[in-house]
Amino acid sequence: MSQAADTAAPSPPDERLARRSPLARLLARPETGSLAGAVVIYVFFFAVAPPFRGLDALATILYASSTIGIPAVAVALLMIGGEFDLSAGVAVTSSALVASMLSFQLTLNLWVGIAVGLLLALGVGALNGYLVMKTGIPSFLVTLATFLMLQGLNLAITKVITGNVASPDIADMDGFGAARKVFAAEWNLGGLSLRISVVWWLLFTAIATWVLLRTRVGNWIFAVGGAQSSARAVGVPVRRVKIGLFMTVGFLAWFTGMNLLFSFTTVQSGEGVGNEFLYIIAAVIGGCLLTGGYGSAIGAATGAFIFGMTTQGIVYAGWNADWFKFFLGAMLLGATLLNLWVRRRTEAAR
Amino acid sequence: MSDTMTTGTPLVRLTDCEKRYGTIIALTGVSLEVHPGEVTCVLGDNGAGKSTLIKIISGMHQADAGTYEVAGEPVRFTSPREALEHGIATVYQDLAVVPLMPVWRNFFLGSEVRKGAGPLSRLDIRFMRDTTRTELRNMGIDLRDVDQPIGTLSGGERQCVAIARAVYFGAKVLILDEPTAALGVKQAGVVLRYIMRARARGLGVVFITHNPHHAYPVGDRFLLLNRGRPLGAYTKDEITRERLTTLMAGGEELEQLSHELEGAAAADADLGRVAEELEQDVAELSGRTAPPEQGA
Repeated sequence: MSQAADTAAPSPPDERLARRSPLARLLARPETGSLAGAVVIYVFFFAVAPPFRGLDALATILYASSTIGIPAVAVALLMIGGEFDLSAGVAVTSSALVASMLSFQLTLNLWVGIAVGLLLALGVGALNGYLVMKTGIPSFLVTLATFLMLQGLNLAITKVITGNVASPDIADMDGFGAARKVFAAEWNLGGLSLRISVVWWLLFTAIATWVLLRTRVGNWIFAVGGAQSSARAVGVPVRRVKIGLFMTVGFLAWFTGMNLLFSFTTVQSGEGVGNEFLYIIAAVIGGCLLTGGYGSAIGAATGAFIFGMTTQGIVYAGWNADWFKFFLGAMLLGATLLNLWVRRRTEAAR
Repeated sequence: MSDTMTTGTPLVRLTDCEKRYGTIIALTGVSLEVHPGEVTCVLGDNGAGKSTLIKIISGMHQADAGTYEVAGEPVRFTSPREALEHGIATVYQDLAVVPLMPVWRNFFLGSEVRKGAGPLSRLDIRFMRDTTRTELRNMGIDLRDVDQPIGTLSGGERQCVAIARAVYFGAKVLILDEPTAALGVKQAGVVLRYIMRARARGLGVVFITHNPHHAYPVGDRFLLLNRGRPLGAYTKDEITRERLTTLMAGGEELEQLSHELEGAAAADADLGRVAEELEQDVAELSGRTAPPEQGA
């Protein structure tokens, strides 16, 4: 970088470059489509469901969104990095089961169980990443296998240890109070109940956005997803980046598991199946390309918010909850088409 | 194969390199030297082993036999990053760019400039944007917007971004993999001019091509490959453009074939006629004059 000093002179703007308006710049962002979709859906439920309009309803929606939104942040990063993780949904349950049953059976402080749960989640992520990078088998297959294996372990081990389909109640164990404050605190702000997981969700989204757009690792994530061999050729440590991304999914799956555990004090061993698709859907609604190399964490958060609004909105509107999946599918289709349209438009305008 | 032009230790020296992929011998007995301020051209047809050779030099693959020295020191690279640290930069045929990423992010990819310390260390975006713009302008590429995805640039522009990137990051040896292959006449001329500019700066350049008309005007040394084996190594004063063209066009093989046929011609009149025609072909190939070159 010896030439750095003399080449950094600021250059005058190019006269051939028409100034792009702030609006055009906004439209070029991956999450724009989902933000527009969120507004449309908010207005829709605001109009048809009077109970939807209150602040307490918003707090409930935000909480529902956060349980999908926290893992969706990591899943979005992973998808930008060009990989999938189908095991994320059951990994949430696995880490919660491990944390609660280990502490309960060995009468340990809950924090020990929490730490072991974290190690396990990170380990599953690392294993997923290692297998994908080492064998070159698509992550879809590798994580489908770990998904099935984890699900089997969740059900079987819980049955063996507790003779039941749920983990034991941990509400009166050592460390419960403190852990609940961290993972599942609930504040009362003038009659409005706000959950800490919403704060965590926004924080994780902010951190992920900063990492993606402002750090070297973020640059590498876009690069390994956009063109893996090119990234490797210019010296990006592809394997480390991808394994790191799988481990990030593990970390946030664990975090979500702790939130569930300390909110409800017990976990059903069959829970979590199918949630991995909700995370992926949130990321895709938020503008992530299935092929990698493009997307945003803010978009994934918006996607999760759309999910939260729809689940709760249907209830507030007094409709049968059976409609939910239909809406989710329609929204996924709509968001994908909108994303496509926005991207084509901005690319044409360049 | 004289060493008349050798001055001091070569930047890169490969001796008797061999590379196998399973039972396939992709490269064998290949030696190559790159000196500062010189262009070493590697010529060969498809499947001649040019890509394998580059992959060995750039650290993508390791040779199964033979030695690899950088500035006189034996090395064994296990990754392109290690080769880069030794000043060996490769501009690949696919250019090693990420199409969806902005030009400036591509320019600094893998060598990002950061500010701040510890966990708050972040990209110095303004510096990288400005540097990309000025560096490209210094190379004569005037980009409208360094924030546009690099996939929106033309092939020649992308090639030049990739070369400018390697030069900026202090490459001592620049390996160019068929940089003119996909380009029109004019754009190929632009790229050849950059090769000359890099040579004038004292860089060692390895120029891979199958086009002798692109190689001859810029090259100082020529290594010809055929089916994984060296067909000949020459310095510029040992070979003429015509000879190079003939060799590349497979003239040797044609000549040999014509001799064989002549021998058999006594027995068969038809064969004699074929041999005569072949001889004519060879004569035409050898005498073919090259079109005028640009850039040199």
